[in-house]
Amino acid sequence: MPTAASHLFKQRVPAALADRDLKAAMDKAQDGFIGKREQAVSQYPGFEALRELGREIKDHTLAHLDFYLDRYERQVQRNGGHVHWARNSNEARTIILDLCKRANARNVTKGKSMVSEEIGLNGALEESGIAVHETDLGEYIIQLAGETPSHIIAPALHKTKAQVSDLFHAKHQRYGFHQRLTEAPALVNEARQVLRRRYLDAEVGITGANFLIAENGSNMIVTNEGNGDLTRTMAKVHIVTAGIEKLVPTLEDATVLLRLLTRSATGQEFSAYTTLSNGPRREEDPDGPDEYHVVLVDNVRTEMLGNEFRSMLRCIRCGACMNHCPVYGAVGGHVYGWVYPGPMGSVLTPLNVGLEEAGDLPNACTLNGRCQSVCPVNIPLPDLLRRLRRRQHETGLDSRYSRAALRLWTALAARPALYRRAMQWGAVAMKRLAGRRGRLRRFPLAGGWTRSRDMPAPAGSTFQTLYTLYKEGRRR
Amino acid sequence: MTSAREDILDRVRTALGRDRISSDTRTKLDRRLSDPPSYERPGLGEDRVHLFATRLTAVRGGFRKTDSGHVMESIADCLDRHGLERAIIAAPALEHLSWPADWNVSFGASRGDDRVSVTPCFAAVAETGSVVLLSGPDSPTSLNFLPEYHIVLVRAEQLLDHVEDVWEKLRSTGAPARTVNFITGPSKTADIEQTIQYGAHGPRSLDVVYISTLQECL
Repeated sequence: MPTAASHLFKQRVPAALADRDLKAAMDKAQDGFIGKREQAVSQYPGFEALRELGREIKDHTLAHLDFYLDRYERQVQRNGGHVHWARNSNEARTIILDLCKRANARNVTKGKSMVSEEIGLNGALEESGIAVHETDLGEYIIQLAGETPSHIIAPALHKTKAQVSDLFHAKHQRYGFHQRLTEAPALVNEARQVLRRRYLDAEVGITGANFLIAENGSNMIVTNEGNGDLTRTMAKVHIVTAGIEKLVPTLEDATVLLRLLTRSATGQEFSAYTTLSNGPRREEDPDGPDEYHVVLVDNVRTEMLGNEFRSMLRCIRCGACMNHCPVYGAVGGHVYGWVYPGPMGSVLTPLNVGLEEAGDLPNACTLNGRCQSVCPVNIPLPDLLRRLRRRQHETGLDSRYSRAALRLWTALAARPALYRRAMQWGAVAMKRLAGRRGRLRRFPLAGGWTRSRDMPAPAGSTFQTLYTLYKEGRRR
Repeated sequence: MTSAREDILDRVRTALGRDRISSDTRTKLDRRLSDPPSYERPGLGEDRVHLFATRLTAVRGGFRKTDSGHVMESIADCLDRHGLERAIIAAPALEHLSWPADWNVSFGASRGDDRVSVTPCFAAVAETGSVVLLSGPDSPTSLNFLPEYHIVLVRAEQLLDHVEDVWEKLRSTGAPARTVNFITGPSKTADIEQTIQYGAHGPRSLDVVYISTLQECL
């Protein structure tokens, strides 16, 4: 598992907020994603019903996961493939490393796979002297830069075109590309030429999975570049890495989720390439891999299945929640400090690396609920984040400051008369302090808030007072 | 020591708060697998060929309609539009076509330096504007990804309404092919500043030659 830097979240936020390149990249990306999704959804009547259906399919599969995993395994074996089971990242890395060694691999190509990030695969392969070549353009860019993905479907989202230009100019010299390119088509074309040789040289190709289909043992992946297909077709050995929650019963079930996935992720009706892999090359096939392996990874998924976070296992990794999150949009993906950023990452990271490490993430949320409202399988993300906050409080992991504030609040709220009086004083005092402007420049204990904006003053009476008046008014 | 497999399946059952699945439930789940649920499919509402062409061209795929007597003219037209020579690697399934004698046509898998491939397909989908190709000796998968320009021949009876229709057709073919490729337009990426660029790793262009039946021509 890659080391987490989530405990540095608060420390790293100010630098992220001050980074102008990052802000420009994030603003552009979020606007694009939100607009494209909205258009795609509005063109699909019954999208809400489809979301509900998607949720049902995932819940059904999770409730019978042992049955579907067993059936999937048998079907893969019938198709001539092998299934490997890994309880944790360590086991997954060992299995994949052994397969690569058996294939005498010196070069490995990789399609995009978040599970491979989760298990820290690249580092393990490189330590054993195996060169890893990321082939998704975004993954390739961040691999060249020595960074980690900042978004689950657009890993280089945080990079501007000028930064990519600098990077290619510096790193592609050794392949004989000396000219500095500044336009996107030329940059894409240069990466195409560099990576084309990799597909033909690699002994092993590793991809992820969007859906594993129990009915027939298929692995479905959805891409736009065609890199996943070249990765799986050209190498002698194809290895699939997937979390056990990727199972779905039938191709019809996968189709429902596919219609949700492409629209929620990129606003596409269908992606350029949707591919089913059904094992190794058949006797008569002129191309395709000689061996086909699937590595099923647990990594806290069975734990989540048994606790209050089961609904998180419905996630189909579309990225809509982060695309619509104001916090993610302001700070970008890297400050979250582990593999998954944004709202889904703020749930998954503490469950994987612990609340001690990642306790700030569930708190970096305004609970505005946009993530849940765009989630294709209706995961109650704000609720899950709240549960993590409660867990944090119950295990004494929240700060002394917030515990003291909560204690004070509890003391007040348990005494209605005192509470009403305190609120009344507060409202009047704030109104006086605000004066004619109606706004406060500074407010005790809320310095972080008032540093960049004014606090609007209350109208001078409390909600309870106004509500009493309202009720009396209605009675009259 | 128990195997990781047994351990994970045990953990799943513990998490779900039950023992192995009962034989009653197993029968129900088996039935759900052998007779998949038929969910509501999106309405298509117009002429299928027109819808297919609209969806395909919306993602920059090329569409040409012809009849079985004029397939070569349509292929030539595609080549001309991209300024390409008559040098083609074609799927072995198309050897029987009457290729012009002065064209340089070879048949088989691609080794990576071919510019143009021509392949048949297994099906096409009006809902999405996709062509569906199966791997096999007659239609090597490398032809779908390595060449820079990909031309796909679609016969009228291969055009289906929905994605689900492809699954039904696949099930009726028996043993599954190694690979099933849904291809919807040329290869593309938006990884640099979220702006779409075509020709990322796969073909820079995808042209469909739709061969209508005699009836459609009349």
